Amino acid sequence: MSRKLLIDKAHIAGIETFEVYRKEGGYQAAEKALKTMTPDEVTEEVKKSGLKGRGGAGFPMGMKWSFLAKPEGVPRYLVCNADESEPGTFKDRFLMEKVPHIFIEGLIISSYALGANTCYIYIRGEYAWIAKILERTIAEAKANGFLGKNILGKGFDLEIYVHRGAGAYICGEETALLESLEGKRGNPRMKPPFPAVKGLYGCPTVVNNVESLTAVVPIINLGGSEYAKIGTEKSTGTKLISASGNINKPGVYEIELGISVEDFVMSYEYCGGIKNGKKLKACVPGGSSVPILPHDLLFKTAKGDTRLMSYESMSDGGFATGSMIGSGGFIVYDEDQCIVENTYNFTRFYRHESCGQCSPCREGTGWMEKVLHRLDNGNGKIEDIDLLWDIQRKIEGNTICPLGDAAAWPVAAAIRHFREEFEWHVTHPKEAMERNYGLRKNIFVAPASA
Amino acid sequence: MAKVTIDGHLIEVPDGTTILNAARMMGDQHPETMQNVPPAMCYYSKLGESGGKCRTCLVQVTKGSEKDPRPMPKLVASCRTTVMDGMEVQNKLSAQVQEARKGVVEMLLINHPLDCPVCDQAGECHLQDLGYEHGAQKTRYEFDRRTFEMENIGDKIKLHMNRCILCYRCVFTANQITDGRVHGVINRGDHAEISTFIHQAIDNDFSGNVIDVCPVGALTDKTFRFKSRVWNTKPYNAHRDCKHEKCNGNVAVWMAGNNILRVTARKDKWGEVENFICNECRFDKKELKDWIIEGPREMDRHSVNSNTQYVHLAKEKVLKPSETFAVLHPYNGDDK
Repeated sequence: MSRKLLIDKAHIAGIETFEVYRKEGGYQAAEKALKTMTPDEVTEEVKKSGLKGRGGAGFPMGMKWSFLAKPEGVPRYLVCNADESEPGTFKDRFLMEKVPHIFIEGLIISSYALGANTCYIYIRGEYAWIAKILERTIAEAKANGFLGKNILGKGFDLEIYVHRGAGAYICGEETALLESLEGKRGNPRMKPPFPAVKGLYGCPTVVNNVESLTAVVPIINLGGSEYAKIGTEKSTGTKLISASGNINKPGVYEIELGISVEDFVMSYEYCGGIKNGKKLKACVPGGSSVPILPHDLLFKTAKGDTRLMSYESMSDGGFATGSMIGSGGFIVYDEDQCIVENTYNFTRFYRHESCGQCSPCREGTGWMEKVLHRLDNGNGKIEDIDLLWDIQRKIEGNTICPLGDAAAWPVAAAIRHFREEFEWHVTHPKEAMERNYGLRKNIFVAPASA
Repeated sequence: MAKVTIDGHLIEVPDGTTILNAARMMGDQHPETMQNVPPAMCYYSKLGESGGKCRTCLVQVTKGSEKDPRPMPKLVASCRTTVMDGMEVQNKLSAQVQEARKGVVEMLLINHPLDCPVCDQAGECHLQDLGYEHGAQKTRYEFDRRTFEMENIGDKIKLHMNRCILCYRCVFTANQITDGRVHGVINRGDHAEISTFIHQAIDNDFSGNVIDVCPVGALTDKTFRFKSRVWNTKPYNAHRDCKHEKCNGNVAVWMAGNNILRVTARKDKWGEVENFICNECRFDKKELKDWIIEGPREMDRHSVNSNTQYVHLAKEKVLKPSETFAVLHPYNGDDK
């Protein structure tokens, strides 16, 4: 059994209430941090832990915290990014729904370390019931003296507010999130200045993912260097993986980083193998934005090493033969799934979610969607594949925020690894429609432009 | 002060200047480097927060600064990136930049109606200039272009959303120059559109300036629509004693014969207004007696329009027949 640090108590009945969570050893980390440590010591422990941001980009969290500007007389903010909208990712939902108190405890410790007296949780609008759970949890923590004025008699004040988003994927980008939180249109800001210098309401702000902030609790409980011993040298600690697709046991799993991918997919402890005895075809290991990996590159890297569930091993080989662990949205495809249809589906999502601010992303995502729709519906041409490749190349790296990259990478990887399948769609349109849509091929398929 | 090299030309500019403005300063000082100035469709120096959106001004930073000489990993928007001492920038010299810019132009044009023959902006349109310089001759886009209904913003301004490239300049103008914001962007992605909130009329003294800042023909002057092609009118500097506190009455009047067909703000060579003018000057004063004409206005833009202006041509040397073609057609012959 792999070691669990975040959701180890999720099975205990009543763990969402303060009493049970406290009885099970909860809020000890908050007490330890506030009573025995200075804010800088907490930051130092987080740095020592080597924790990488769990939201997708994998930026070391301690380093992010140390960038926070600390001018005199200006408030600082901690904003928790709970706008979990990456297709295939649902780990934060599980965490906030099942064990909300450990999350709130993580926010208390992090706010203390950063010297923030106000913390916002920006939660996506679709998680309406979780926002209620969090509000109840915050009220409970406040009633028991872990929030509000003068926490634990240590002179530290903290208020946590839950802010509901309106369901835009782009508001998961940190600067768009801040704009939305300020009540404006959720357009990403130009960087620099970075939020650490000029964030929410023009004040220094740290934006972190739910899982990253929750991981501060075990870091304080164990100590940073002890936490760093879990996992591999460069990927420390545990990570929540949202496994979905054609597997026997989809769900949220907490893994120690560094277990092998084959173990994760095939062992009964985790995914339990491919459903219905089919063969593995491909896998998107980190949410829809990351490049798809074909079966022959999933368990072994191009060099022939065993591929591990870790930041460095997953990205081994760059984008040519590797991928990214991203937000941990692990989507598995069996031999019956169609990569063209899947790519079309992803692109449709990005087209719908582009904010429309910068031209390559606004126009390029719509164009890619239309070309992919044509390919998927048996009207494609062989030149379309090269056209798609060219469009994604014109988007990638030329946009304000990473949404452009996120839209370009899945298309690039699908063409890179599954070009034959795209070609087969062009040369065998009838068979392709038959396979993907069955009898539905005969009914009207809505045109791409809506 | 910071020393920055743009396409091999060195210039010293104050700290905090953006790369684009440094290039423009260099173009002012050394006319031969004008061609190295990146094009800008959304940046407007008179409007705060503008820029960064259209991505036509992308440049490559091959050396970050004297202290940290590492090149920047991605192309950067020159209108929003400030210079560092010792920075080296490539615009025309970088194949990567030219490639990316060509891509941006193509993206801007895929949903643009290309109705230049019936567009009032034709001749002074920045998108036309950009397409002329960087665009391919053919489009690879084979689908229906997105369309919107035409809209009236008040009784003097027409919004033709199909032509819009979402540069946000008019939104910033509405927020920063005029009072009482009713103008913004609704929806998102490629179906985002400029609109007033539920067809409200913009009703204030400075609303007409959105026409001048619009780089394309999305916002046009209803008192001038379909009166004349812009290249058939001649611009003159003119002024009047304007009573409006924020308007100094310095304008350009566009005349055909003795008729004033249109009044706009005076625009500099970067296509930006020198000062914003009030609606009374713009829409209501169309008689010769309203204005004191100062003289013909020199056009200093590389646009279709400037080629027909006699003042501009008179200053040039007399051309030999063999050179005429090159001047009128600076297109570099990419016929793919």
